[in-house]
Amino acid sequence: MLSQKAILRITGPLAFLSWLILLVVNLIIYFGEINQVPSGIPSFIPPALLSLFFLSLLIFFRHQVDKAKRMNLVDMLWRVFVTGLMAAIVTILVIFVFVLLGENRLAQNPIFINFLYHLDLGVVTVFLVATFTIYKRLVLYQKSKVLINTWYIFEYGLMVSILLNFFHIELFDSFYITTSIFFLVLSLYLSVNLKWVAYLSFKEKWKSILLLVLVCLYLYFFITVLSGFPSEILIVDLVDNVFATTLFSFIFIYSLFSLLVILFNLPTTSVFEQKLKEAVNIQMLSRTIQEKRNEGEIYQMFFFSSVSAVFADAAFLESFDEKGANRIILKENLNEVQIGEIKDSLASSKVRPLKSPQVPVEQSGIIAKALKYSGFRSLMMLPLIVKEKEIAQLYLLKEVSDGFNDEMQNIITTFANQASISIENSRLMTETVANERYQKELKIAKEVQKALLPTVLEKDPAFEISAFSQAADEVGGDYYDIFKKSDIQYALIIADVSGKGTSAAFHMSQLKGIFQSLSELALDPKEFLRHANSALGRCLDKRSFITASYFLINTTESSIKFARAGHCPTLYFKKSDNKAYYFKNKGLGLGVLRNNQFQNYIQVHQMNYESGDIMVLYTDGITESKNDSGEELGYEALKNWIEENAHFDADTIKNRIAETFLNFCGQEPPDDDYTVVVIKFA
Amino acid sequence: MVEIEKDQEEDWIVIRVIGEVDASSSIKLDQELSDVIENNHKKILVDCEKLEYISSAGLGVFMSYIQVLEKKEIKFVLYNLSDKVQNVFEILGLDQLLPIIGTKEEALQIVNEG
Repeated sequence: MLSQKAILRITGPLAFLSWLILLVVNLIIYFGEINQVPSGIPSFIPPALLSLFFLSLLIFFRHQVDKAKRMNLVDMLWRVFVTGLMAAIVTILVIFVFVLLGENRLAQNPIFINFLYHLDLGVVTVFLVATFTIYKRLVLYQKSKVLINTWYIFEYGLMVSILLNFFHIELFDSFYITTSIFFLVLSLYLSVNLKWVAYLSFKEKWKSILLLVLVCLYLYFFITVLSGFPSEILIVDLVDNVFATTLFSFIFIYSLFSLLVILFNLPTTSVFEQKLKEAVNIQMLSRTIQEKRNEGEIYQMFFFSSVSAVFADAAFLESFDEKGANRIILKENLNEVQIGEIKDSLASSKVRPLKSPQVPVEQSGIIAKALKYSGFRSLMMLPLIVKEKEIAQLYLLKEVSDGFNDEMQNIITTFANQASISIENSRLMTETVANERYQKELKIAKEVQKALLPTVLEKDPAFEISAFSQAADEVGGDYYDIFKKSDIQYALIIADVSGKGTSAAFHMSQLKGIFQSLSELALDPKEFLRHANSALGRCLDKRSFITASYFLINTTESSIKFARAGHCPTLYFKKSDNKAYYFKNKGLGLGVLRNNQFQNYIQVHQMNYESGDIMVLYTDGITESKNDSGEELGYEALKNWIEENAHFDADTIKNRIAETFLNFCGQEPPDDDYTVVVIKFA
Repeated sequence: MVEIEKDQEEDWIVIRVIGEVDASSSIKLDQELSDVIENNHKKILVDCEKLEYISSAGLGVFMSYIQVLEKKEIKFVLYNLSDKVQNVFEILGLDQLLPIIGTKEEALQIVNEG
């Protein structure tokens, strides 16, 4: 296929060339006739050239208009007008020549007349075809399948009619009449497609009316001038050409119809435009639902859309924060004093709920048809409701009484609904973002905290050690650690920060710091706890405490020295008795007593361990855990588990406890942090 | 969930703690204790007969008043604790700082002496 550009480049010159040849050929023929010298040109040549002229013009404009895809409606009419203007100027020049020549013989010369006629014929045809292609766009402004098909019948029918020029058809010939009527009917049918008119603004309508009137004048002018030529001396007469007459009638009918429709549409245009604006506003408000906008922007959009939608003379928007405090955030044509007065007068005026099918009465706004306030006689108030809470109120005022009709109440209610949804959405988004950030921070905290618990426990030939720990929330408050002071000395700790979650995790990291730094000093357990109490007492919340047990193990003496600061009693399995016991020494939680009295409540124990003895450190998350029927695990069960598994190594004991513990808890995961540390002496 | 009942008897007040004191219900317990202490009661008896469970948050509430009670010279006694609840107090060592007594009579003896 040829490109659009190529088609334009071929058909344009072709049209001009065929017209030029037609002119020359016709003049030769006529000259031959006058002088009775046969020109020898076959009689079908002039009609063929005319047809070629028409066809190439038609194709040329079809593609030219297609090329200019984005043209607005008035621009199209403007193009029609400009083309017409050019044709009219040429036509005026033709008339001017006749007038100028007056009674001169040249004006009577048929060859000269024919020349002028051809000139005019050319420009008028250009105007007709150009207008025809532009009107095609207007007719097909809103297409339907039937409409398109009808148009093609019309357009291709016209092309066929061009070919009819080959046959010399007499005016009023029955075939001529039939085809003309056929095209006339189609023209009438197509001319009722005037949907584009609705899209014109008020100003555009006026412009269009002017342009259309001019088009009609052109047509009248061209017809008068062309038919003014003495037809008996013309070789080609446009008037008896079906194509030309159909174009004339179609353009005239369509222009006339458009003119009338626009004229009758003028008074309702403002309503139409208003509706369009409302639709755009609604769309803008709806879009705020998807986009993340801040509340201020939504309020603004809602406020100004509402004011313009109901032609309010004044308005204000009052918002309520969470504590119920109100604030005027937007106002138009009012000052704070007036707002106060208006609200006072509203209280003494008669109000009724807004009529709106979309919201229940209790959620809708109120309307005062006769406000007792000089300056503004009617008021409409609409609440913005988010999660069943009123977050703002919009007040619209008009100078006239009863100024808000049902339509306006409806549209504003719709606006209010949209704005409410947008604000709710915006708030949800903010919450989600905050929540996501919180989750992310928790994840970091969890990783940091995991690093606080030892990944590898110190090993020694004198004992095996194995541990497990799990936090109930993202982060927990259980802590255990072992510190190798020297080849023979180890410090061991287990602790539980009261409460759980991030604050517990924070205190746990403090405790780790204390443990790591004080263990270096190999303090006596009581000293260690005293230091820990005084350090923690300064930063713990007044209702928080930490329970801990602290152990010093000496592997050459096979001794354990320990103290308990309010922590669960240590479970100790004595191989020689084949029994487990709980150490019941006195103690006090860290942070319970924040003065130097603390150490008086701490007892230090010392004992020697034997091979096969097992020490089990744990937190209350183990003993206070509950099974599916709500029964607590208790101390006895834990003791039994150790006695049953005492012959295993530390790792296996730990694994068995963990397994048994989770079995006990059943479906529900434990709701407290839990930790077990098993030390088996070699 | 925790229920708290208060009875003014002669010159002492009895606070009955009923139910379970966990992290959320400890706030209520804290409020009630704080009210009683603010109102200048000098003899406070806490009846724990129906206290079924107390979490570390609950213990934290009692703990937080120890020094205030001392400073204001308020006589404060807990009595009628179940074994389980008493054990929780003892493990933390609170029994060394707050009198925990078996019966109301014994508790009254303590608050009325000296």
